[in-house]
Amino acid sequence: MIPTNYYLILSAILFGLGMIAFVFKRNIITIFMAIELMLNAVNLAFVAFSKAFGKSDGEVFVLFVIVVAAAEAAVGLGIIILTARNRRSLNVERVDLLKL
Amino acid sequence: MNASLAIFFVLAAVAVAAAVSLILQRHPIHSALSLIVVMVALAGLYLLMGAEFVAAVQIIVYGGAVMVLFVFVIMLLNAGEEEHTNFSKLAAYAGIPMAVAVAGLIAAAITRSTLPPAQDPTALTSTKSLSMLLFQDFVYPFELTSFLILVAILGAIVLAQREGN
Repeated sequence: MIPTNYYLILSAILFGLGMIAFVFKRNIITIFMAIELMLNAVNLAFVAFSKAFGKSDGEVFVLFVIVVAAAEAAVGLGIIILTARNRRSLNVERVDLLKL
Repeated sequence: MNASLAIFFVLAAVAVAAAVSLILQRHPIHSALSLIVVMVALAGLYLLMGAEFVAAVQIIVYGGAVMVLFVFVIMLLNAGEEEHTNFSKLAAYAGIPMAVAVAGLIAAAITRSTLPPAQDPTALTSTKSLSMLLFQDFVYPFELTSFLILVAILGAIVLAQREGN
């Protein structure tokens, strides 16, 4: 059998890559995709723990995370469309109205 | 090395390579396709762990619905290549060290822990126990998620409608 630690380390690597993408990408849609990548990494850890302890609670949480991610994608992409319409750019550096 | 370990390493390599590709691609549509590859690889890992219902939901909801929404918005906004701007020096100098530090901290915590190995997937009737749990112990959170989806639909409609109507 595959040790649970392997899954958790893969989850940590994917989460770190998602963080790097979140910090470095300039396109607002790609930043949103980085958030989805981090949520997926957390889901992997949830399922791995669920299987390690032989309980299905973790998988139920994964379903809730997927529901929240879908709702977040619907609202977030609506906001992105509005932002792109108003600022005429998808670059987050150009959305600086709140910046001093 | 047995077969399941080999499958794990192949799927893990595909997932990590696609995640790196998400960072390196300059065009958002290429990043979106890379993310779809990550999600399919993760669905394969869920199948390997014996969580077949979660794998199916991962493919249908994430790989299907959410990513179609992303690709649709990218095409709707006609998003082109990412432009190079360097207004923020902080991200360049602090970003990678911080991400590596967080990943290292998590990895260190994992290696120090002693977890039981994953149980035999064939021994678990996964989907049945999952649905029992979902509709008995977690029935109120489950009903609340339907309310959350309703609010998200209303929010998306309000945001997307043109002003002046």
